[in-house]
This record gives sequence, C-alpha cells and structure tokens, in this order.
Amino acid sequence: MTVAAFTFYFFALTTMTGGLMTVISRNPVHSVLWLILSFLSSAGLFVLLGAEFVAMLLIIVYVGAVAVLFLFVVMMLDIDFAELKAEMSRYMPLALLIGAVILMQLGMALGVWSFSDVAQANIAAPKGDAQNTAALGLLIYDKYIILFQLAGLILLVAMIGAIVLTLRHRVDIKRQNVMQQMHRDPAKAMELKDMKPGQGL
Amino acid sequence: MISADIQTVMPEIILAVYAMLALLVAVYTTKDAMAPLLTWVTSGLFVLLAFYIGAGEAVTTTAFDGMFNNDGFARFAKIVILISAASVLVMSQEYMQKRDLLRFEYPLLVALSVVGMMVMVSAGDLMALYMGLELQSLALYVVASLRRDSLKSTEAGLKYFVLGALSSGLLLYGASLTYGFAGTTLFSGIMAAASADFSLGLLFGVVFMLAGFAFKVSAAPFHMWTPDVYEGSPTPVTAFFATAPKVAAMGLFARVVHDAFGGIVAEWQQIVAFLAVASMFWGAVAAISQRDIKRLMAYSSIAHMGFALMGLAAGTVLGVQAMLIYMAIYVTMNVGTFAFILGMEKDGRPITDIESLKSYSKKQPLMSLVVLIMMFSLAGVPPMLGFFGKFYVLRAAYDAGLGWLAVAGVVASVIGAFYYLRIVYYVYFGEDTDGVDGTMSPVLWTAAVVTAAIVLLAWVPGINLFGIETIAQAAAETLVN
Repeated sequence: MTVAAFTFYFFALTTMTGGLMTVISRNPVHSVLWLILSFLSSAGLFVLLGAEFVAMLLIIVYVGAVAVLFLFVVMMLDIDFAELKAEMSRYMPLALLIGAVILMQLGMALGVWSFSDVAQANIAAPKGDAQNTAALGLLIYDKYIILFQLAGLILLVAMIGAIVLTLRHRVDIKRQNVMQQMHRDPAKAMELKDMKPGQGL
Repeated sequence: MISADIQTVMPEIILAVYAMLALLVAVYTTKDAMAPLLTWVTSGLFVLLAFYIGAGEAVTTTAFDGMFNNDGFARFAKIVILISAASVLVMSQEYMQKRDLLRFEYPLLVALSVVGMMVMVSAGDLMALYMGLELQSLALYVVASLRRDSLKSTEAGLKYFVLGALSSGLLLYGASLTYGFAGTTLFSGIMAAASADFSLGLLFGVVFMLAGFAFKVSAAPFHMWTPDVYEGSPTPVTAFFATAPKVAAMGLFARVVHDAFGGIVAEWQQIVAFLAVASMFWGAVAAISQRDIKRLMAYSSIAHMGFALMGLAAGTVLGVQAMLIYMAIYVTMNVGTFAFILGMEKDGRPITDIESLKSYSKKQPLMSLVVLIMMFSLAGVPPMLGFFGKFYVLRAAYDAGLGWLAVAGVVASVIGAFYYLRIVYYVYFGEDTDGVDGTMSPVLWTAAVVTAAIVLLAWVPGINLFGIETIAQAAAETLVN
C-alpha cells in the first residue's frame, strides 16, 4: 500500500466514523465534536486531491465558524435530547432496514460503475500552472458569475428570513439611546444636598 | 459576450434589483406601513415582466456558456409563473392586512422566490438548477411560517424546511452521480454522454434526481409534507404554494428529463408513470376523509400533479405540450378557488371547515355558482376548463402507447370527483347552519368571478382556450428535440 492510498483510507475511515458517531452519540456536545473531526478528515481528503484551498476553507469556515456556532447553539438551547433520542430509537428498526436496503442497492450500482466514454474529455483541463486560489477566482468571478450572484441572493433571502421570523419590536423594555447618553450633563445628573450632622431626614 | 448574456437574463436582473431596492426603501422609510403599496407594485412589476417576456423575440438564446436557456418553453413557464404570482399577491393583500400579517418583507420574499423560479425553468446546468431551486425554496420556507406566533404556521415552516432540505440532499446526490458519469454539469453534455452509452450508475443518478423533483412538485409517494404545510401556512401563502412554485417545479422536471435525459426516455418513463399513477390515486382517495378545505386543496394538488406528470410520462412533444396546458389551466382554477377560500370567514375570522359551506347558496347565489363552476372544473366535468386539461394529457399518454396510464387517469378522476361534488352538495343542499358569512371583499369577488367566467367560457369557438394550444405546442417543440 502506498502512502497516498494509506492516507486516503485513514482519512476516509475517520470521516465515516466521525459521521456515524455524530448521529449516535448520546451527548449533543460530543456530537458536534465528532462532526468537527469529520470536517477535519474531509479537509485531509481534499489535500490529497490537490485542492488545498478548499481544504483550508473547510477548516476555517466549517470548523472555525460553523461548528463553533453549532456548539454554542447546542449548549444554549434547552432541548431534551434524551427524549428526542428515545423517539428516534422507536423507529430505529425500520430505519435500519431501509438503510440496509439502500446500502445494498448503492453497492449494486457503484459496483458496476462505469464512466461515460466522453467523461474524461468533458472534465475541464487544469488551468495551466495557476494556483488553486487563482484558478477558482477565475472560474467563480468569470465563468460562473451568475451562479455566484444567485448564491448571494440566497444568502440575502436567508438574512431577510432570519429577521422576519425573529425580530420583535417590543415597547415595554428599556432601550439604549446613544444621543441621550451623550447629552447628559454632569451638573444636572447629580443633585448635591447639604446635610447638617445629626439632622436626619 | 457579457452584454448579450445580461440581455438574456434581464427579467431576472430587473426583479432581483427591484427586490433589493424596495427592501432598502421600505427599511429606511415607513416599514410595514408601506407593505400594501409594495404588494401592488410588486404584482404590477410581475405583470409588466410577463408582457416584456411575452413580447420578446421568439428565438432561443443561451447565456453564460449554456447555463441559462431562454427558449419558448422557459418563456411560457415564466409568463404563467409571473401572472399567477401577481394575482395571488393582489388577492392576499387584504387578508394579510386584516390579520396583521402584512409585513413589507412578504411581497419581496415572493419576488425573490419568483426570481428563483425563473432561473429554475431556464436552467441549462445542474448548478444553475440547484441555485434556482434553493432560492425559490428558502423564500417559501420563510413565508410558510410568516404567522410566527401560531404553532401551526411555524410547524408548517419547519416541516417544509426539514423535508425540503432532505429532498435537496437526494437531488444533490443524484446530481453528483450524474456528474460523475458524464464529467460535466451542462445538460447538453449530459445528454450527449447519456445517449452515447448508458450505465446503471447513471440510472441511480436519474432516480435520485427525480425523487428530489417529486418532493418539490409534491407527487406521491413524496407528498407527505403537502397537507400539513398547506393547512398550517396563512391562506394567501397556501394559495401561492398551490400555483407558481408548482409550475416552476414542473417546468424544471420537464427541463431536466428532456434537456439532460432526452436521449434515454425509456429509462425514466416508467418512473414518471409510476409517480403519476400513485399521485392521482392517492390524491383522489386520501382527500375523501378531509374536512378542512385547505387540506382538501392539498390533496387535490397532489392529484393534479399526477395528471400533469402523466403528460410528461409520454415523453413526446405532445406530452410536454399537454403538461404545459394542464399547468396553465390548473393555475387558473386554483387562483379562482383560492379567491373564494380567502373570502371564507365567519364574524371576521377565517374559517376553513367545509361543513361551514352548508346552505351557502341561500346567502350568495352568484358566489355559489362560482364555487359550482370551480369544483366542476377541478373534477374535470366538460365543458369547464379543467376537462380540457385532462383531455390533453390523456390524449398524449394514449398516443405515446401508455393506454393503461390513460385508463388509470380516468378512473382516478372519477374517484376524485366525489369530494369536489360533495362541496357543491353542501353549498346547494346542505341543511341550514350558521356557516360562513356571505360577504366578500371586492378584489376577491372580482378575481373569483373573472376566473369562473374564464373557466366556464374558454371553450367557446371564438375564444378557443385563448389559443393556448398553439403557443404551448411551440413552447414544447423548443424543449423536445
């Protein structure tokens, strides 16, 4: 076994174990940690493919931002995960059956997998000796500009949606008024009373 | 090069830019007080764009290296989508305002989802397809849970979101198998590769992708989200779900099976035929026990999608033509029916129980006639418009040698007629109850009466279904080649 093959199987197995443990571990925080392991080993797979930019993106964006966000959400949300799990275990036999059937079918399909004769010709040739990042930039901002813009629209919709579904203008709470704060005058803010000793109120 | 490309996607750009500008204007001025105005302006823009697209040159152009097609098929689907979205928006304005649901984001989210739908029916590439689909779906998930203090509405949004994400996953898995086989995401490249040689792996890709589409058009057995989402969403949103997104998803379905897999019709024909039969029967049988008119319309839409898929299953020009005609007719009928459902209220509160329609004819003879026409048309009774839709798909299926499918369609349509006719029975012969009030707002009244007139009179020789037959044929010919 060559080093490349060994590394591939190592990362592939780690990715799958991570994915499986994400689904079945009891503690939701552990689930997120397994997910992070899964992301890290898929980043390793990308490095093997020579896609180092995507690998770094996966680590920075998914591990660094998304997974940490997940961790916060899981810790802050008050969800009884044990109850959810119990609900899930009721359907487990059926789920396992369907999963096994799909797995066998996929095995049948992928076992006899064949590429189209023209597939190799269709795959775009590497862009000279341009680096990953530069080549991706040329594609995303030039050839695939419309997809890039549509992805932007999708993110806009996600943002509008988050605001529409959660923003509430409550009138019964105190708000910060910056202008009011800045225009406070120390002379008027405090009133000094001169009290004689032993006078009392 | 780039200016020609931009020229081709001009309607989408106009709509997207409008949505962003309107969002900014509304945020920085009067916010929700602007919502009624925005609703009308948005639907006005939809109508204008429909005219712009309809008046454009009848040529086939592609943009962005074949990722975006502007052919007769796309134009037909876009016009139906825009007109139906415009009419539903106009109808929804008053209902939403009365229930304090009309927020300025609502018309803009609808506009953005329409952008997604327009991309869907024009897609010439697996990636463009997915972008359009997600843009459309994401906006729909949000409007489904627009009534955020109602448990049912948030449940509808969440259910739609989770199942929609699942279906997107299936679709993506199928797309990746297809890409793996062909080595390209362009439909033209997939078409060439699949026609040259076919493998079992590609068939798996096709099956997964069709399963994802079946989710989006709510065809059985991927329909289970439909009744809950239809029932839980605010009624105008339900009306929207039942019209434009269905046309877009069906257009995408036809686009993929003919543009990408047009060389292997025999491989997907059986799948689509199965989806059609399952939807027609499940939609017809399961609706019988429904008491809520929104759930009833959900099952009705499942059955109607079955009929539209029957046209697609034919795999011929005639089949696509029949599917387009069917969708246009289906949307017309649904706009009219939902105009009536939106007006169903009792003491100012919306009511959706079909029992509340008992003896409605004594209060509102004219509106009862509208209900009668709509229900007869949905059931497919001649000479209403709905009959012609069914006639075209049955003929297409029969001509393509799918006689058994056509027979199944007739049987399912007879079963389905029961629950439509029960509503008519309640309206005319139900015993007296204090059901819905008779009054309706002028906008809804006009929409219901006008569509009823169209549905009733479209067959008259001078009108001749507004010449849709030749238009749909020209559209279908640009797709199937």
